[in-house]
Amino acid sequence: MFEILRKSLETGVVTTRYPATPVEVAPNARGRPEIDWAHWLDARPAARVCPTGAIEYADAAGVRTASLDLSKCVFCGLCADVDQAIRMTNQCELASRSRNGLITTARYALNPDGSHAALASGPVAAGVADPGDRPQRGRLQEQEPTTGGTAALDALGAQIRERTARLLGRSLHIREVDAGSCNGCEIEIVGLNNPIYDAERFGIHFVASPRHADLLLVTGPVTRNMELALRKTYDATPEPRLVVAVGACGCSGGMFGVNYATRGAVDAVVPVDVYIPGCPPNPHALLHGILLALDRLPAKR
Amino acid sequence: MTLLPELQPILADLQDSFSGRFTAVQMPRANEVYFHGPMEVVAGFCAQLYRKWDGRLVSLFADDARAGDGVFHLYYVFALDAAHGFFVLRVPVPPDRPEFPSLTDAIHAVNWQEREIQDLFGLKLLGHPNPRRCALHDDWPEVYPLRKDFDLHTVLPPFQGERHKMRTVEGEGVFQVPVGPVHAGIIEPGHFLFSVAGEPVLYLQLRMFYTHKGTEKLFENLPVAHGVRLAESISGDSAFAHATAFCHAVERAAGVEVPPRARALRTICLELERLYNHLGDVGAICTDVAFTTANMHMMRFKERVLRLNERLTGNRLLRGMARLGGVRFDFDAAQRAALVQLLDELAPECESLFELIRESSGLRDRLETTGILKPEVARDLGVVGLAGRASGIDRDLRRDFPHDFYDQVSFTVPVFTEGDVQRRLVVRREEVGQSFAILRQTLAKMPDGPLHVEIGVLPADRVALGYVEGWRGEIFHWIRTAPGGRLARCKIKDPSLQNWPALTEAILGNIIPDFPVVNKSFNLSYSGTDR
Repeated sequence: MFEILRKSLETGVVTTRYPATPVEVAPNARGRPEIDWAHWLDARPAARVCPTGAIEYADAAGVRTASLDLSKCVFCGLCADVDQAIRMTNQCELASRSRNGLITTARYALNPDGSHAALASGPVAAGVADPGDRPQRGRLQEQEPTTGGTAALDALGAQIRERTARLLGRSLHIREVDAGSCNGCEIEIVGLNNPIYDAERFGIHFVASPRHADLLLVTGPVTRNMELALRKTYDATPEPRLVVAVGACGCSGGMFGVNYATRGAVDAVVPVDVYIPGCPPNPHALLHGILLALDRLPAKR
Repeated sequence: MTLLPELQPILADLQDSFSGRFTAVQMPRANEVYFHGPMEVVAGFCAQLYRKWDGRLVSLFADDARAGDGVFHLYYVFALDAAHGFFVLRVPVPPDRPEFPSLTDAIHAVNWQEREIQDLFGLKLLGHPNPRRCALHDDWPEVYPLRKDFDLHTVLPPFQGERHKMRTVEGEGVFQVPVGPVHAGIIEPGHFLFSVAGEPVLYLQLRMFYTHKGTEKLFENLPVAHGVRLAESISGDSAFAHATAFCHAVERAAGVEVPPRARALRTICLELERLYNHLGDVGAICTDVAFTTANMHMMRFKERVLRLNERLTGNRLLRGMARLGGVRFDFDAAQRAALVQLLDELAPECESLFELIRESSGLRDRLETTGILKPEVARDLGVVGLAGRASGIDRDLRRDFPHDFYDQVSFTVPVFTEGDVQRRLVVRREEVGQSFAILRQTLAKMPDGPLHVEIGVLPADRVALGYVEGWRGEIFHWIRTAPGGRLARCKIKDPSLQNWPALTEAILGNIIPDFPVVNKSFNLSYSGTDR
């Protein structure tokens, strides 16, 4: 017992202060791909190497419509390998309240050889008023990042606690549903409970039953064999309830798409409030998405 | 191709015994031999390899070759661990008589694999003790998804009706406890039906394949390079091991040699994958018997490895690192230093924590003699990987079929015979130590040179077996190539498929509250099983 205590004291506090402090990711971590839309010479090579169709194009009457869909992206970076106009950033806070909010589209006039002559319009993020290609951000993130410190953390924590307390009776209870994932997303979701990310500091708690849950955290793709179980779990969750789709497969079907055995995205089966891209999203990205979802919960009467 | 010397007497013996009954014997690689023969030789061929040469059937699958050869083919893949080679028996199944005899009565290890062939190819099993559906749930219409005339995008009616007729267990005080597919913890979906008398479990029935996603069919519909990314999604906790097994298969089919530096980098990544999973599992086993402090420390270590993975490869689960012909990213001096630093810091930390775990009598009390998988049962079920090594099965592809850089490093394979949860924990503990040693040796011997070799255009109609000892056990990917750089078939064999039935044996006589820790001690992949 003494050894156990000694080890704990020796270790000290290891918990991150995120979101009061910036995400802790490696500089070479592959997050959101950034396209230099104005100087993009040809969408075809990137589209050819993209394994999930996250980069796509369609040509009609001398005009190419090219798009980047973060809900499909598995962040492999193969596009950046073949195209100098694409760069992998390490931005991982990509959650959006709408699937469209993850899609950016631009139009190009075409040269005879099929390369881009000039940017005709865009880039625009579909469904977002802001013409930038950044996904829509939640109110939590719109605050100026503070210099960190206990005061900022306390302030933010208090704000979240106040909100969750008002809406959900002091805490947010999450039921995780694996509706067909490869278990990669589960590894990172389990990580939310480790002492580094410690979701409990926000009053966020994973529960065993949907009857106790306020939020369903669903990974996909939703298989034919899990469709009914997901529907039943959703129906068993009392209102008000939130659904967060996790990972490329949960957001869009990912590598698997729709086939004889899968229904694809989570929103093909139950309504989704927030989409968290990633393959898998890291615990920062998961926290970001969950906090974004909280912001949207309708107030209790 | 010159065959490995150890395999030559076995080959000669088989040719002697089955003289004239093989229509062809092909040796595409030094450790991979294909025998083409009629269905009648299967039983004798199996018996001879099992009894005389200590062979074991590691994969059994079908392939729809009606377009080219007018028949289905069954492939029986045997590993000859002591001789370091694979013998593959290919037998035809005519489409007008779509049936094949079962071996399950003699070799229990093929039970699920035979039924999967029946479900996915519509080849009827003859003489199987339990020929019910396995891979497809009972409500599935009469479709055979892996036949070539079945389209990947076929739309099936949504689920309705019955998944599986579970057996009832009756008697005074006996009742049944259904669990899943949505579980209480953050784990994958599957259905368990416990039959209990009081607390002890009398009988456990499993219903898997909830996460069946058509993965093998999907491989046939993708360019081969995209297959690497798909292989990363077979089982997320073994993303790199599966992707590497797939790359091995393609590289062997293309006949290219992966450069030494790439082989060393692959070995580093495979060991990092082993590390983060073993550390996480040791912690999770502790949590399941209420020693959460140990788990908190273990999760902290696991997080450190995940962050190092990101620093080295750009992704915490090593995704995106694998590529055909080698690897995508080199490690620069700073990255190698980060790896060394992790080893320097983590090794003593792990040591002191393992000491803490070892000294916890309460923990030992819960783990020792819990969930025993007896060696003879493990052998009958063909249990592989760390679960096998805790039950006396001394096998490890890294030692017996050294792939990548494993022939350049020295390490030991821990083996125990007790087969309880404690030994499955100790195997992990020992393997963590061996991983540290392998990583250090690989770094010290890191060869220079290119990171990959070009595969070129993949020739059509080649077959090849790729294999990797993942952290959980042996992973096989078998491919047959099609024209245009595509695959006609990709058979994935995850160790979980082999080991699930062992769980139903290990839990017998244990109490239900111990099921989580017994289950966790195997930690099998649902997605790897269901595909």
